[in-house]
Amino acid sequence: MTDTRTPVVLVDDVHAGYLPGVNILNGATLTAYQGELIGIIGPNGAGKSTLLKAIFGQVQIRGGSISLDGEDITGLKAEKLVGKGVGFIPQTSNVFPSLTIEENFEMGAFQKPSLTAERIEFVMSIFPDLAKGAGLKKRAGGLSGGERQMVAMGRALMMDPKVLLLDEPSAGLSPVRQDEAFLRVSEINKAGVTCIMVEQNARRCLQICDRGYVLDQGRDAHTATGRELLNDPKVAELYLGTLGA
Amino acid sequence: MSADITPPVSRPKSTGLHIGEPAAGVKKVDPIIVASGVKRTFGGLTAVDVEHLEIPRGAITALIGPNGAGKTTLFNLLTGFDKPDAGSWSYDGKDLANVPAHKVARMGLIRTFQLTKALGRLSVMDNMKLGQTGQTGERFWHSLIPALWRKQDREIEQRADELLVKFKLDKKRDDLAAGMSGGQKKLLEMARALMTSPTLVMLDEPMAGVNPALTQSLLDHILDLKDEGMTVLFVEHDMHMVRHIADWVVVMAEGRVVAEGAPDQVMRDPAVIDAYLGAHQELDLGVVTGRVAIIDADPTTDAEASASVDAAVIEAEASAELDAEKENDK
Repeated sequence: MTDTRTPVVLVDDVHAGYLPGVNILNGATLTAYQGELIGIIGPNGAGKSTLLKAIFGQVQIRGGSISLDGEDITGLKAEKLVGKGVGFIPQTSNVFPSLTIEENFEMGAFQKPSLTAERIEFVMSIFPDLAKGAGLKKRAGGLSGGERQMVAMGRALMMDPKVLLLDEPSAGLSPVRQDEAFLRVSEINKAGVTCIMVEQNARRCLQICDRGYVLDQGRDAHTATGRELLNDPKVAELYLGTLGA
Repeated sequence: MSADITPPVSRPKSTGLHIGEPAAGVKKVDPIIVASGVKRTFGGLTAVDVEHLEIPRGAITALIGPNGAGKTTLFNLLTGFDKPDAGSWSYDGKDLANVPAHKVARMGLIRTFQLTKALGRLSVMDNMKLGQTGQTGERFWHSLIPALWRKQDREIEQRADELLVKFKLDKKRDDLAAGMSGGQKKLLEMARALMTSPTLVMLDEPMAGVNPALTQSLLDHILDLKDEGMTVLFVEHDMHMVRHIADWVVVMAEGRVVAEGAPDQVMRDPAVIDAYLGAHQELDLGVVTGRVAIIDADPTTDAEASASVDAAVIEAEASAELDAEKENDK
């Protein structure tokens, strides 16, 4: 049903790894269409984060190809990708701690400073909480985990990306903050940004995503709509946690 | 979340840990850690201000609370990684003030970190062996004569291998730690912490980044520690884990201990729900955001409630939590 559309991101049979001779991705394949929110779940070491890093040119690709809007971007450097409209939010070390929130945002748009004012406005409409207290003049290093995550997301949004790659946006947040993070991702996606999100909180991830990929041993074992995966007994057993409430 | 799925065989919880009514700062029958008046400020921010806290020996205690509540800072203080501005705290009756982190570790109090600290350029096995203290070969002259340490080294390696099998990391034994995923590093760190057979194990968010599929075995490991006579103190946001394995729960907010008690009791406490848990765990965020129709709601959630709640309500709650943090900043 989705075949007639052109994919925004197409990962085709990608093999990649960090150390010589050791591949983390062994033929990973992923398609994201315009405006989709894609969730990636899977066991530890399945290559979820590596898949995002492969798209963002942060890991050596040894086989296969990645394209953005039909253009081959395999192995392209991160700064080139940012210019082409790809945003990446790593799981940790995702803000410049010695800079203020505002400076972090400015760094996000350093390739196109003319965008700064307008984009800050957009980012603040998504994260109004950042305006609290000293507002944008606060140093990012003094922020709590939740706020830092907002700044990281905001910075990635500064270049008006068409694709946003998120590595576990809920990691380390309290339950209510996790929910908030998922709501924000949903909001960003509704604003027209194609999102590809890796998550450990598989249930929440599948609840909001359009399509999910289950990654196992560096390749996609299974893909279906978020709802289908949520209702799949095997997925439930393996990834949604079977601990009694 | 999944109330309809039968929980795995649960092991008995330790009870009768406290003296009198459970409340913040309640005395314990046999405390292993006693902290009094411990305060730590960073500039104008009061990160920790604990009036009195006792951690029961031989039990599993969970430390929960919102982001910025001071949980990790308290961990740092107790383990000598940071110094408080005021207060006293002791471990096993021994005063811990001014005892540096490495000596605290030698006393049998071992911790793990939220962000893993594996040595990437070393193999998994070498990382494990580093965890063992008091190795004969560490001393300069001894190191020159392999005969003095070879036997001990073999024993250490054997123990490391046993632990790696237990944590299902044995296949990674000779790989560099840098090549492991975040979740695997987490497991490695926990396995390494056990190399010295500690008395008290402190785990900072052991579940963060670990896939739910591994959750059950990790929980079993933690329960095993208790069976082996160790005391466990852990920080965690995963409430299922807390409910499942903790004998005792300490709730922190804004640097203070605000509640203590058995898990079920604490989680029913309206103040705790208000300050931390939020009332939305049973909602389907897909329905809340209007991404999916109510008819397709996640069967483990409350579809009706999800459809009637506005996303703004959850956002307001998260925002209030932030305000509480800011209030604390002053």
